[in-house]
Amino acid sequence: MSGHMNLTLKVWRQKNSTTPGKFVTYKANDISPDMSFLEMLDVVNEDLVKKTEDPIHFDHDCREGICGMCSLVINGEPHGPKRATTTCQLHMRSFADGDTIVIEPWRAAAFPVVKDLVTNRSAFERIQQAGGYVSISTGGVPDANEIPIPKPVADEAFSSAECIGCGACVAACKNASAMLFVSAKISQYALLPQGQPERYARAEAMVLQMDEEGFGGCTNTYACEAQCPKEIKVTNIARMNREFFNAELIKS
Amino acid sequence: MMLDAKIPEGPLAEKWNKHKFNLKLVNPANKRKYDIIVVGTGLAGASAAATLAELGYNVKAFCFQDSPRRAHSIAAQGGINAAKNYPNDGDSVYRLFYDTIKGGDYRSREGNVYRLAEVSVNIIDQCVAQGVPFAREYGGLLDNRSFGGAQVSRTFYAKGQTGQQLLLGAYSALNRQIQAGKVKMYTRSEMLDLVVVDGKAQGIVTRNLITGQVDTHSGHAVLLCTGGYGNVFYLSTNAMGSNVTAAWRAHKRGAFFANPCYTQIHPTCIPVTGDHQSKLTLMSESLRNDGRVWVPKTVELAERLRKGELKARDIKEEDRDYYLERKYPSFGNLVPRDVASRNAKQVCDEGRGVGKSGLAVYLDFADAISRLGQPAVAAKYGNLFDMYQQITDENPYQVPMRIYPAVHYTMGGLWVDYNLMTSLPGLYSLGEANFSDHGANRLGASALMQGLADGYFVIPYTVGDYLANIGPAPIDANRPEFAQTKAEVEERISKLLSLKGTKTVDEYHRDLGHIMWEYCGMSRNAEGLKKAKGMIAELRDAFWKNVIVVGENEEVNQSLEKAGRVADFLELGELMVDDALNREESCGGHFREEYQTPEGEALRNDNEFAYVAAWEFKGNNMPEVLHKEQLVFENVKLTQRSYK
Repeated sequence: MSGHMNLTLKVWRQKNSTTPGKFVTYKANDISPDMSFLEMLDVVNEDLVKKTEDPIHFDHDCREGICGMCSLVINGEPHGPKRATTTCQLHMRSFADGDTIVIEPWRAAAFPVVKDLVTNRSAFERIQQAGGYVSISTGGVPDANEIPIPKPVADEAFSSAECIGCGACVAACKNASAMLFVSAKISQYALLPQGQPERYARAEAMVLQMDEEGFGGCTNTYACEAQCPKEIKVTNIARMNREFFNAELIKS
Repeated sequence: MMLDAKIPEGPLAEKWNKHKFNLKLVNPANKRKYDIIVVGTGLAGASAAATLAELGYNVKAFCFQDSPRRAHSIAAQGGINAAKNYPNDGDSVYRLFYDTIKGGDYRSREGNVYRLAEVSVNIIDQCVAQGVPFAREYGGLLDNRSFGGAQVSRTFYAKGQTGQQLLLGAYSALNRQIQAGKVKMYTRSEMLDLVVVDGKAQGIVTRNLITGQVDTHSGHAVLLCTGGYGNVFYLSTNAMGSNVTAAWRAHKRGAFFANPCYTQIHPTCIPVTGDHQSKLTLMSESLRNDGRVWVPKTVELAERLRKGELKARDIKEEDRDYYLERKYPSFGNLVPRDVASRNAKQVCDEGRGVGKSGLAVYLDFADAISRLGQPAVAAKYGNLFDMYQQITDENPYQVPMRIYPAVHYTMGGLWVDYNLMTSLPGLYSLGEANFSDHGANRLGASALMQGLADGYFVIPYTVGDYLANIGPAPIDANRPEFAQTKAEVEERISKLLSLKGTKTVDEYHRDLGHIMWEYCGMSRNAEGLKKAKGMIAELRDAFWKNVIVVGENEEVNQSLEKAGRVADFLELGELMVDDALNREESCGGHFREEYQTPEGEALRNDNEFAYVAAWEFKGNNMPEVLHKEQLVFENVKLTQRSYK
């Protein structure tokens, strides 16, 4: 299907983490409304490569909205204008012919730019490594049905566990706070019986690592929840604060 | 070389237990003297890396993504099978074994499949203990649903995000070992070659995708958990980065590649909308529990639908053909994937396809919504319905989904024995990257089962046997083979970067995909396959003369990354065609038009083709040599598969 939208893109280009970046303007012509946002960038990149120019680098992988690899701040909004949607699942029908679209990487001190729109989100890895698990090894575990879990509890844990770790919450927050991400993980385990033995030690370790990585604090603007592609709730943050407070209380 | 699958002797149900006893052990104090390399961090890789580290081995794990959690197992939707028989509906280890062998159209090993069914129950226990939030009943116990090719409900699930939850579970176990210092994790690192010393796999060569630095890593054993090769078709449900490079490089270093022509075309994907399309999106098979597949009975009605003169809801009940329910009354919409896909192609070829392109059939939830109510349907499939609407701009609660088959999974892969070791000593392959358990067709919800079975419960036992035999002396990374292999990788990168032609990597990839889909896709014939072989060879030559690769090595360079992967697909494609040409029968996902029953079902030739085709690389532009591993069936009787 041939396209029928012509767009102007202002894209953040940055050679690497040490070179200053700048906005560069590109034309994206003949764009079909059925294309995903990343497919639109593919078209632009195909043209750039043909001219032996460096294509615009961006992170992406599954293109099904689940791997959490894609990012992009589009017209000031992480993952673009559509709610509950990752950039890869955003389609060009959300834009109008003639639009100018500004595309930036996640902006946060804890997520340094690697190249163009690609950032380094390894801070999230270290937070999970600090305690985002149940300390059991393979084998020797009880039968799966030995511990019944009330359905509402399991469902609540699942809705926290849905987080894809993309970092949109950080990008959306004026303080670049990672609290939505961290609290979702802490909540999943705090809710489930399997998470109980390490409940407070986990909350403490993950929160301390989060602070160490240089993420900001939470000032309750709820921008994270509004921009989260998986609609993770800010109530997780309240739960995390409670878990952390209890952890300190138990220690003292 | 004779292929020895090393299937243990004895009755089926005792093989694995007996084998575990016969395997040598490495004592706990010695385990820390061994280094194990794990490439890929999907379900198989993450579970293997974590478990081996828990046992005390030093693990080096590699993934090309920025986090191990982003491997494409994350996108698996529907569920994971296990013979728990919680619903009390007649399931057993033997039944799961039997369904899997039959579903694979009798082209897999009895021993392997039985073991898979046996350990399936442990997987669920393990995942629940990790805090994986599976779907539950109101009484607090685990819920099950049905999947294709089975008449029992044995599929555990977490909404339509089962793969995500299982991978996050394995990833959490991996994180614990990273924190403990037992796993050294290398993200954004791509394996580009295998180092073989004295006939044994002893290391890998990687490229750091941020700095471009090429490094060697040594280990006593190398585990490839690098997924399937579905992206050879360009359009597939695989992730954009999914590739065959690690497995293909290992193949060129001596590991046999088995049954490359067995590819799974999944029946329920969102249809292609145009040339810009970069990937296809699956709609989980679980939807066939409640969705009914149909097309209009007549070509005339289908034409009016395609032109937009009629809507699906305008077609009267008596004018609809629920063709799966009509042809296969006992399995209905839950026939295995290969059968469902071929039937969809058939009705579209007859001119009864719907959607603008005519390459789609309906998957209709109207009945389920009126029976269960919209909230109940939303609770089961909400995220899938949302995804469908996001992509197509149509509301599947109101109009039927349009679906069409798409490349999804590859049953073929590196040949492995019962211990998951390839034909190259010290090199193992786990999960989708190996060929072992699904025969010619994989049943739904069995990929997650196999990946985790291999990683959590098989490799921890079998790798120890090899390690105990070779002993814990450190691997000497100063052997010239390391420097030599690294130099070859660097030379190949330079060659790619020197190509300043006129056609992009994506254009070549798309051309290859068209050839593969047309001639080596849902149905194949000798004439087409021969033609495809020539076309692929030509395309490959053209690629190495005329492709454009921009930029340098010493930077983030996605153009270079893609070029290397597509170059390998251009070689693999030809082997797939050779294999499809060699297999003069139809079985599972491999449908040769010349071999079909009068009703159009796959017609096997058990006398001549009940073997695993394992291909040996002999040199660039040389024909590969076929080795046959005869499949022995002692427990199941080979019959024409029937889902009627």
